Amino acid sequence: MKRNPQLNAHGELQHLITLEGLSREILSAILDTAEPFAEVAEREVKKVPLLRGKSVFNLFFENSTRTRTTFEIAAKRLSADVINLNINTSSAAKGESLLDTVDNLAAMQADMFVVRHASSGAPYLIAQHLAATGRSHIRVVNAGDGRHAHPTQGLLDMYTIRHYKKDFTRLTVAVVGDVLHSRVARSQIHALRTLGVPEIRVIAPRTLLPAGVADMGVRVFQDMKEGLKGVDVVMMLRLQNERMQGALLPSPQEYFKYYGLTPEKLRLAKPDAIVMHPGPMNRGIEIDSAVADGAHSVILPQVTFGIAVRMAVMSMLAGS
Amino acid sequence: MPTLPDATALCAQLAAAMRPSITPQTALVGIHTGGAWIAERLHRELGIKPLLGSIDVAFYRDDYHQRGLHKGAKTSNIPFDVEGAHIVIVDDVLYTGRTIRAALNELFDYGRPARVDLAVLVDRGGRELPVAATWCPQALTLPASQTLVLERNSNDGEALSFRITEK
Repeated sequence: MKRNPQLNAHGELQHLITLEGLSREILSAILDTAEPFAEVAEREVKKVPLLRGKSVFNLFFENSTRTRTTFEIAAKRLSADVINLNINTSSAAKGESLLDTVDNLAAMQADMFVVRHASSGAPYLIAQHLAATGRSHIRVVNAGDGRHAHPTQGLLDMYTIRHYKKDFTRLTVAVVGDVLHSRVARSQIHALRTLGVPEIRVIAPRTLLPAGVADMGVRVFQDMKEGLKGVDVVMMLRLQNERMQGALLPSPQEYFKYYGLTPEKLRLAKPDAIVMHPGPMNRGIEIDSAVADGAHSVILPQVTFGIAVRMAVMSMLAGS
Repeated sequence: MPTLPDATALCAQLAAAMRPSITPQTALVGIHTGGAWIAERLHRELGIKPLLGSIDVAFYRDDYHQRGLHKGAKTSNIPFDVEGAHIVIVDDVLYTGRTIRAALNELFDYGRPARVDLAVLVDRGGRELPVAATWCPQALTLPASQTLVLERNSNDGEALSFRITEK
């Protein structure tokens, strides 16, 4: 059997490209490792020395302030040196190829690349290129590639669910919104399945559902009120207007009416349900402010947990 | 084969040796996992109710680049102000001194203590760093191939006992 390209010969995580195909043991080990990292943020000195002397390059071929910032904070709290490159405004605009950019940064003694790219598969291509050129000691973390995967977001969402709900094996979880364009949804669904969530629901209008979504082991609902009944966790997705071509949706007002999470719709979920959102939120389109800022919302804790989860991932990769 | 140290008796001896130096403002910080068990026991046996915390030195170990991140790292718990405090680091076995160095580094990220002491049950020699215990009821020589492991039996009133394992 061909080895998962993210794992080394000892079965340790070497790159993090996707959650698909990673075992429950590995996902749980990452979540377990993130817990002590969460405490580091409470200290006088919010830093540990694990990645001292290592250079982490944030390669963002697509803009993202929040994800880049949380990766930067995570790497700095691990004592790494962090170099941020917004490539859409630099060499790529001058015509340099992806792998030429990678080769140049590798020549600057990079130890880790955190890659965000609009094309699915770009981080995998980089990891493959590094392995083929004898530089597999350089680690690659996918910070979101096209519609493919956003593994650290998926992991921080699992950390958040475990933090509030403890046990995955009794939960009903709904993923709501623009699943079609969402790498976040794909990573979430893979992780939820692997961690043993018995019922995963996907709620979206037909035009925002990818073909074959039911094959991912989820129950599909087009009626949000039906889909939210009795759920423990509501994972909202951002409506990705910038990725939409053609008329997939009627007006934002109509979308809000049918698929916006309002207090009224949330009342159909369990009384202790939690509401999550990967950010940035479109208030009044996919989520009502009363819910986003309400008692069920764990949206800001997600951001805090995201730093600990990224510290766990980076320190596990760099030490493997 | 040397006789195994009696962990329960050593805890009592250690508490007796430490007692004159401990006040309710002293903080015991046990190193996960064995040291944390001993710190809990000392906390009871000392009778003075010093402050109690625990640390896991996984993020400060000097073998990270050779061996990777230590698996099963626990959350450090320092529920008091380290700045200006008298702290006693507690561990089961003192060996190379590297764990103690890591613990000191970690502790100083919480603040600048006024004084730090070290309490261990057993000193097995083999130091690789200039580290010495303030209190240590037993010294022991073991071949490098052997590891002295502290265990806690939850079916037997949390009794502590030592075991020797071969590498």
